[in-house]
Amino acid sequence: MSDARETILGSIRRALDRREPADVAAAAVAARLTNPKANVIPERGRSQGTDALERFVFEAERVNATTERVADLASVPERVRAYLQAANLPAVVKVAPDPDLAAIPWDREPLLQIATGKADDHDAVSLTGSFAGVAESGTLVLLSGPESPTTLNFLPDYHVAILFVDRIVGSYEDTWARLRARAGAGVMPRVVNWITGPSRTADIEQTLLLGAHGPRRLHIILVDGASSSAETS
Amino acid sequence: MDSTAHSFVDNAHRALHDAKLQHSLGRFKEGFPVKRRAAVDRMPEFDALREAAREIKDHAIANLDLYLERFTERAEANGTRVHWCTDAEAARQRVLEICRDSGARTVAKGKSMIGEEIGINEFLEAEGIRPVETDLGEYIIQLRHEPPSHIIAPAVHLSKDQVADAFRSHHRDYPETRPLEEPEVMLAEARAVLRQEFLAAELGITGANMLVAETGSVVLVTNEGNGDLTQTLPRVQIVIASLEKVVPTLEDATTILRVLARSATGQDLSVYTTFTTGPRRGGDLDGPSEVHVLLLDNGRTEMLGNEFREMLRCIRCGACINHCPIYAAIGGHAYGWVYSGPMGAVLIPNLIGIEEAGNLPNASTLCGRCEEVCPMQIPLPRMLRQLRDRQYRARNSPAAVRYGLSGWAFLARRPALYRLAMSLGVGGLGRIGRLKRNGGRFRRLPFADGWTGTRDLPAPAGKTFQQMWSERGGRRQ
Amino acid sequence: MTGIALHSHDMPEHRPTVGLFVTCLVDLMRPAVGFAAVKLLEQAGCDVVVPAAQTCCGQPAYNAGDVADAKALARGVIDAFARIDYVVLPSGSCGGTIKVHYPEMFADEPAWLDRARDLARRTFELTTFLSDVMKTGPIAGRLEAATAYHDSCSGLRELGIREQPRALLSGIQGLELREMDEAEACCGFGGLFCVKYPEISEKMVDVKVDAIAATGADHLIGGDMGCLMNMAGRLQRRGLDVHVRHVAEVLAGTCADAPPIGESETSQAKTKIA
Ligand code: SF4
Repeated sequence: MSDARETILGSIRRALDRREPADVAAAAVAARLTNPKANVIPERGRSQGTDALERFVFEAERVNATTERVADLASVPERVRAYLQAANLPAVVKVAPDPDLAAIPWDREPLLQIATGKADDHDAVSLTGSFAGVAESGTLVLLSGPESPTTLNFLPDYHVAILFVDRIVGSYEDTWARLRARAGAGVMPRVVNWITGPSRTADIEQTLLLGAHGPRRLHIILVDGASSSAETS
Repeated sequence: MDSTAHSFVDNAHRALHDAKLQHSLGRFKEGFPVKRRAAVDRMPEFDALREAAREIKDHAIANLDLYLERFTERAEANGTRVHWCTDAEAARQRVLEICRDSGARTVAKGKSMIGEEIGINEFLEAEGIRPVETDLGEYIIQLRHEPPSHIIAPAVHLSKDQVADAFRSHHRDYPETRPLEEPEVMLAEARAVLRQEFLAAELGITGANMLVAETGSVVLVTNEGNGDLTQTLPRVQIVIASLEKVVPTLEDATTILRVLARSATGQDLSVYTTFTTGPRRGGDLDGPSEVHVLLLDNGRTEMLGNEFREMLRCIRCGACINHCPIYAAIGGHAYGWVYSGPMGAVLIPNLIGIEEAGNLPNASTLCGRCEEVCPMQIPLPRMLRQLRDRQYRARNSPAAVRYGLSGWAFLARRPALYRLAMSLGVGGLGRIGRLKRNGGRFRRLPFADGWTGTRDLPAPAGKTFQQMWSERGGRRQ
Repeated sequence: MTGIALHSHDMPEHRPTVGLFVTCLVDLMRPAVGFAAVKLLEQAGCDVVVPAAQTCCGQPAYNAGDVADAKALARGVIDAFARIDYVVLPSGSCGGTIKVHYPEMFADEPAWLDRARDLARRTFELTTFLSDVMKTGPIAGRLEAATAYHDSCSGLRELGIREQPRALLSGIQGLELREMDEAEACCGFGGLFCVKYPEISEKMVDVKVDAIAATGADHLIGGDMGCLMNMAGRLQRRGLDVHVRHVAEVLAGTCADAPPIGESETSQAKTKIA
């Protein structure tokens, strides 16, 4: 194994015509890695505040996500019940064990059956939090962890995501900055998911169809007010 | 995968006479290019992003050794096992070992061009392991025992009837007479069948769109979500990535993502972009417990050292294919190996040899549309010319062309002789043209069959411009 | 590559000498285009010379991978057109070879590279020269025609020729331009390509011919003989009544001197009567 590594690195160095220990190159590479810089951030990724919120909603709906906005977490149970009802779904939801969502007063909707944990094949509806929303393209950013199992984002037919309005940022680069501030440079959660609308395919005669393997529907509930993880904002 | 690139001319002939294929290609042309245009128009900074993306890849490639070492170090620190493989055989053996160690019998696969390059499916089947493609298009062609005809739309050559037929003959648990006319119905059936495969698979194999050196992460982009189920549900995950996939930082990956989907499908971003860094961690409720990344050379270091280095910038977006008039005429299978279109015409001869794929670089008008739309600004026409140059020097170019050209070049290098030959030739042709009195053109000339087989050849005027200019006493200096 | 340095080529003050590079296809197949170009250049205030030592720009050899022959031809062209103010060609494709590919060919030969660059700076495709260097503005004339315009690939993508011929043609009374679908797609000519891969080429030219037919145009105009001969040949084989002309003939008002490409005197007389 290490043989192959040395063979390949040797071929690369020969192809690059590296003669001496490439100190200059190594320094440039180290600099780039220790101090990652944004490249071009388009105008569309520079919105802030209300503009960013509006841009996020516009872009997310453009890629077939649905959105609604509520004042606080207390309104979520009623909205989720209404959403399931409108979609003609059983009132059963698998919820991420996310401390940010712990304040949702599910008992206000006694007919909703709430379970927490990862998703199983028979779960039709999941509800998760979100680390950020990127206005540029209406993209949700979710990080994996004990409080946020990845299967919830992909297995159920319906994915309902809670996004605190103060977590909407202009560009993807803003989310990297927030992530580094939270976890430390170079440290990644096991999975970072960017989700831009519900799953789709156009593999049969280029006909666009939603719900190929992942969720058929993505519903984003925007929650006003400060999110509980203050350090992320 | 076995190549049929040597029979390109026959492949193309068949493709041009395949009515179903021609129908699919007609539909295809109106799709991607129009969507790409719209996406680019919505992004005024697109050219600046292209510039930045190009700079990133050039820098990464110029420091490939350093970035691969850094990637490996970060990936291993996160619990990923990194395997370096020099060629296809080494990669296949490594995959097999990992499958054997984990006792995998069913393998879920995310669409992977590098997987096609090394023929991993045929290989695993021969070893008694069942690979199941999970991208819908890739699944359809797997059922039909076909290779993909397009790097991002593998089943683009098929009609829905052909898909329905494939499902009827393979999905035996479903009633024979069920209605399968609507694409929605087919998708629902495929989703249900593949869901069970995902849950049964002990191991998942995907490719990678990028590797991030800064963090040791693997970037995977899909629209269906199959890639994510493949890398989340099975206990063991294998990522096969060619060396040039590595980029320095998350920001650099981000810049490239901004041009990738826009160039490919005309989306701003694909639905799912996933950065994975190692196996399941303490407290995680899901995710694989083992993650392996194969770093595969398979011809890349050779390209790094020759005039095709810039091809390593390719991000496999397919824009060059979507805008190629040759591809639009004959589809992907005619190219005879994994890739197609302009990028295929450059890559295939580089990866499997110009002796095998000699027609591919020649079957181009060098119209330049590919280079114009390539987000990485790869000079594809220049590379096709360079391959022709290589062939010419190796005397691989078809003899008629070689000698025809040299005879002509011999004359063209001698102006006086050239003028004489041109006027003699023109006089002769002009006389035939007048004799045949066929409306100023030839319908058939024995020595110009390639032309007159399909179109008329205008007859020359009878005298060259140079003759007439001399006769009129026109200025020469 | 659209690196035409307009600022350095402001309208020259003295009467410039232009060397006409006739190009193989015009020389051999359609001298009328050469004379139309001469007329246009003289009208624009240039003295025109046609160096006898010119042959071919070398593109067929270059595209076939025969770099040695291509370079030998390029040296001949560089010599033949040394010390002339401008070199003008009625072809975007040969123009692209000189402006873009000559400097590429001599990248490793500094002495020739300088000369190649110097030639590239002085070289222009005809409509670009009239429009951007001589700044003629729209050229007055008359032709009753509903016409499609084909932008040839090298001209369009290597030299950025698109607006110039349209601007010049806007002075021709009675001429109505009808843009076709997929205007940027190649016609399938490609030099040797069309004889080496005739079936693929046929399919490509058919797509083009369909697009021309869909505009309802009765004329097709373009700036490159190769593409025009290809499309004319296919239009005629398919029996479509579209008359094909080089843009120089239309601008110079010399259409009466020669029948449309691929047509005979008699068929021209017929169309005039009709
Ligand atoms: S060559 Fe360019 S356009 Fe073609 S697939 Fe690669 S990156 Fe995309």
